[in-house]
Amino acid sequence: MTNDPVISAKNLSLTFQTNDGPVHALKDVTLDINKGDFVSFIGPSGCGKTTFLRVMADLEKPTAGEITVNGVSPEEARKARAYGYVFQHAGLYPWRTIGGNIRLPLEIMGVSKDEQDAAVKEVLELVHLDNFENKFPWQLSGGMQQRASIARALAFHADILLMDEPFGALDEIVRDHLNEQVLELWARTNKTIGFVTHSIPEAVYLSTKIVVMSPRPGRITDVIESTLPKERPLEIRDTPEFIEIAHRVRDGLRAGHEDDA
Amino acid sequence: MAALWYRVGPVIAVVIAIFVLWYAGAVALNSAWAHDKAKRAGVELTTSELIADTMSQKKPKLPAPHQVGAEIWKTTGAMVARGKAFSKRSLIYHSWITLSSTLLGFAMGTALGIALAVGIVYNRTMDMSVMPWVIASQTIPILAIAPMIIVVLNAVGISGLIPKAVISMYLSFFPVVVGMVKGLRSPDHMQLDQMKTWNANASQEFWKLRLPSSMPFLFTSLKVAMAASLVGAIVGELPTGAVAGLGARLLGGSYYGQTIQIWSALLVAAALAAALVGLIGWIQNIVLKRMGMAR
Repeated sequence: MTNDPVISAKNLSLTFQTNDGPVHALKDVTLDINKGDFVSFIGPSGCGKTTFLRVMADLEKPTAGEITVNGVSPEEARKARAYGYVFQHAGLYPWRTIGGNIRLPLEIMGVSKDEQDAAVKEVLELVHLDNFENKFPWQLSGGMQQRASIARALAFHADILLMDEPFGALDEIVRDHLNEQVLELWARTNKTIGFVTHSIPEAVYLSTKIVVMSPRPGRITDVIESTLPKERPLEIRDTPEFIEIAHRVRDGLRAGHEDDA
Repeated sequence: MAALWYRVGPVIAVVIAIFVLWYAGAVALNSAWAHDKAKRAGVELTTSELIADTMSQKKPKLPAPHQVGAEIWKTTGAMVARGKAFSKRSLIYHSWITLSSTLLGFAMGTALGIALAVGIVYNRTMDMSVMPWVIASQTIPILAIAPMIIVVLNAVGISGLIPKAVISMYLSFFPVVVGMVKGLRSPDHMQLDQMKTWNANASQEFWKLRLPSSMPFLFTSLKVAMAASLVGAIVGELPTGAVAGLGARLLGGSYYGQTIQIWSALLVAAALAAALVGLIGWIQNIVLKRMGMAR
């Protein structure tokens, strides 16, 4: 196994042309993400964290700089189905069962029926929805729907999982529970995860690497390598080490905001 | 019981109000003729005689509901009882003639409407160019263009059911185009991005996302299209010589001042439209409930 980064961005910039003039969503962003990393992107709205994730997924094209995913361009990586993408809303199709929703990308990719069955069973078990294959989305709570959508992103065994504020619309208690499950899932599958959030505790609890970003122009202000162990019970959030990292994240966010104060 | 009354009560109240207004209108509009007749016969009419006369004239300006009811029964139920359901004097026969061109025109209009909508959504040239023509087509009065369609199709040897169905299609494709363009564009950015992350091709995106998403829009359009189809079918019967169909009954009735015949054909046409639209609504309910998209 080589030590090449899974995702590598060099001087990446993205400028949107709007009627009010150019908006610098990303400016000179440089970052390497290694295999098995859990990287959180945190920052206020407009800091480009979601845009950065969308560039990795080839949903936006950068206007300058370079980015590779698995050593190739994001477009080639997307066409090779290198990543699973989880959106803020579960976006399950109401006319399909949970199993049918998870099958959807597999059908599109032309996976055989037997392999589909096996994959659905496997990922439903990963997100603890074993008995819900034949239920319809409206029969599930918001948190369960989001778990199903994560299962769908995992179904085709991509090595990279990109998540854009997946729990942003859920309440605190459900969110805690899902955070635990995501860590468990990450430990079991050894995926490389990119995770956009605006919650400091969520970022610190989940990540091996926290990327703090700030707006106007969207840029990286700090990259924090977490010193927390891989095994993380929820109680770890009360340890001095956790609080220390959270403090550094908060300082980074405040520094990026100085010009606004 | 109270709950039932809560639902049915307003409907009954409206129906009663319509009947009251209808009878009042019949008395008011037909009394002039009744007075005329009495004057010529040199008799004086009492109020009750006057009212009785206004409701039993042969060619009233506005026939009373029971006269229309009796005419409808005479040309439907009574003919079925005599085993002559499909005689040329039967409204069932005429309704069937109109229904057949309505249904064919509706099917053709739906197919054309969906095809145009797919073209508009997937083809930039069509997106930029087709819609103005579609709208222009509906600004031409159907009565003006119907004879042209009959003449042109006749010239190429097509007559009978098809020309009437084409006129019906001309009216019914419009709501389907408009509704389906909106329906096929109803998936949001996130859903389309999601398809992109799976590297789905255009046909997969259409069959798995756009088409299912458009179903609520399709059914709403189909209801409007069905009513338009019936209007088209009736209009289409007029320039074809008014041989058969509800339109022929309307035209024949107006030639000879048979107001009762006109009104019974009108009511049967309305009932037919209500039944067809109701049928689509019923299918809509079942389909959307199954798809988890019911309102």
